[in-house]
Amino acid sequence: MTGKGGTGKTTVAAALAISLATRGRKVLLCEVEGRQGIARLFDVPPLPYEEREIGVGHGGGQVYALAIDAEAALMEYLAMYYKLGRAGKALDKFGVIDFATTIAPGVRDVLLTGKVYEAGRRRDKDGGYSYDAIVVDAPPTGRISRFLNVNNEVAGLAKVGPIRKQADAVTTMMQGRRTAVHLVTVLEEMPVQETLDAIADLRSADLGVGNVIVNQVRQSPLTPPAQDAIGSGRLDAAAISASLAKTSIGASAELGVGLLEEGAAHAVRQELQTDQRKVLAGVDTQVIELAYVSEGIDMGALYDLALSLREQGLQ
Amino acid sequence: MTGQARTTPGAGPAWVRGGTGGGAGKASLDVDALLTDPDTQIIVCCGSGGVGKTTTAAALALRAAEQGRTVCVLTIDPARRLAQSMGLTELDNVPRPVAEAGAEGGGSLDAMMLDMKRTFDEVVEAHASPEKAKQILSNPFYVALSSSFAGTQEYMAMEKLGQLYDEAGAGSARAGKRWDLIVVDTPPSRSALDFLDAPERLSSLLDGRFIKLLLAPARGPARFLSAGFAIVTNALNKVLGAQVLSDVQTFVAAFDTLFGGFRQRADATFALLQAEGTAFLVVAAPDPDAMREAAYFVERLTHEDMPLAGLVVNRVTDLPAAMLDASEAESAARTLDSGAETDQQVAGLLRVHAERMLVRAREQKLKRSFSAAHPAVATVSVPALAGDVHDLEGLRQIGALLTA
Repeated sequence: MTGKGGTGKTTVAAALAISLATRGRKVLLCEVEGRQGIARLFDVPPLPYEEREIGVGHGGGQVYALAIDAEAALMEYLAMYYKLGRAGKALDKFGVIDFATTIAPGVRDVLLTGKVYEAGRRRDKDGGYSYDAIVVDAPPTGRISRFLNVNNEVAGLAKVGPIRKQADAVTTMMQGRRTAVHLVTVLEEMPVQETLDAIADLRSADLGVGNVIVNQVRQSPLTPPAQDAIGSGRLDAAAISASLAKTSIGASAELGVGLLEEGAAHAVRQELQTDQRKVLAGVDTQVIELAYVSEGIDMGALYDLALSLREQGLQ
Repeated sequence: MTGQARTTPGAGPAWVRGGTGGGAGKASLDVDALLTDPDTQIIVCCGSGGVGKTTTAAALALRAAEQGRTVCVLTIDPARRLAQSMGLTELDNVPRPVAEAGAEGGGSLDAMMLDMKRTFDEVVEAHASPEKAKQILSNPFYVALSSSFAGTQEYMAMEKLGQLYDEAGAGSARAGKRWDLIVVDTPPSRSALDFLDAPERLSSLLDGRFIKLLLAPARGPARFLSAGFAIVTNALNKVLGAQVLSDVQTFVAAFDTLFGGFRQRADATFALLQAEGTAFLVVAAPDPDAMREAAYFVERLTHEDMPLAGLVVNRVTDLPAAMLDASEAESAARTLDSGAETDQQVAGLLRVHAERMLVRAREQKLKRSFSAAHPAVATVSVPALAGDVHDLEGLRQIGALLTA
């Protein structure tokens, strides 16, 4: 799940995880940017580098959450594949872990996506996959292709060797049919433009584009005929005042003028939204809309959004 | 510059209106006073992604130029149409004059977009012999570091700021200066203040034990280290592949002579940010996430002794034209729902109004909580425009709203 900053990609990622956790399915929701956005959303203490159950889906599924930390992932990786023992500690002591995770280019992303790769391939004792689905609250649209296309990132650096092999394996998974990148946007010019740019980038990197999810869509209280009546001047302050006279507010031409002014500004914003919707209609992927939640996002709202995603075919 | 000029004893800086020590939320930010104060030499706009930081930086720069200052604005990743509005059609890493900006008041505006790779290359070229520079620039590790290291953009933004500042002062006397105000946008970082940490991170890379280890063989005997070093290099070769480590080693060896210069520049830039002529503006939008980030920025800047001028809250819902509270409007709308067509349309208008009042109330509450927690932070709110900004006129409008 990617999206421009401020579009609510963490919220949508969480809603998707809940939506996927239906009929007994087990879902892992990961974050990779150290923001602890998931913990905040689910109102739980900050997540450690450890998979924790944080919610249930309708029908008995489970949502686990994991905050992936590059340093912890590297230590785990070294222990798991190389059984480095003393050398692992030496690496840490000599500042290599720090070097690799903060400075060595691309390594950080390989580690973060590598952990997702590991969780995706992990199997239980009975041989089945540990998770039925993994949802990643990924970096924003500007960085998403680079983040997932780790192979490209380390290509110039490591032409052979284990890190290259790891990057190749991760890239194969990310480019495979079982991975889809969903893009969250709002109906504003810049986020929509970034979404289009990101789709082009993803495609040229052979990464599968999933759905465009338009978040925070506000339903207008004004019907198209009402907007027409305001725009054409058929609905004037006097007419509004006459209607207001039938309510507890009472007739007021002054209020009529004020309400018309607000209605006109509202119409301008609606029109800009409509323009952006048209731009998105040109995208050849399914576009899903999620309604704006005016009361702020709590657990109830997350389940509502999950239901809305499911109803629109995303599950 | 003098401290007295910027601060009247007991009254706080000249650009803060209202009681700083008084009630919560009373301190308002006088942006014009900040822009026209000749001692303001650098304005840094920071904040989380998607809050309109770049637009704010551009609008501030334009307004300052139109008030007679000679301004340079450094943008990081402007929206295409915003860039075009300032004549930034190519990324050439050099400030270009924005035509028709500020000429009337004797000011001027230059604008540029940061090209991080080119900035890095230029630093290398400036500090190394041509032969060594060539060696560094073609090293695979350097290529990756300069184009994709998570902190490179942040570091290079600060490096460019340092360069612009040096360039600005090149004319010696104030009248002869190329620019007397530099406005910088900051990268939309993974973590809010990566740009503050970048110099420190680079320094720690350069001073790190690992780098010293890598350099050790080249520098001669370091036997007391070699046992540990052998373990480390063996482990790394196993994980990374031998060629990676040798690339890094070559790079570090070639870069060694530049390290001192880099460190110095990083320290100088950090000092420049802390200097009195610098003003930080935290930019936010009135939603819970952006305000939480803004609070984090404010605390972090204060902690680092950075000169915080105030908070800009963008896209605020202004008080609607009709004076009517939300519940009253909603209940009247319900009465009209069953009426004639005109009544139903008026019900729609009343709901538009009620929604706006509710949104406004939520935004005001967020701003109040922020002010309660940070009473000394001067704040200015910018009402939302109906559309996006993509021309100088739009930037002027934002500039006027910032100072209204």
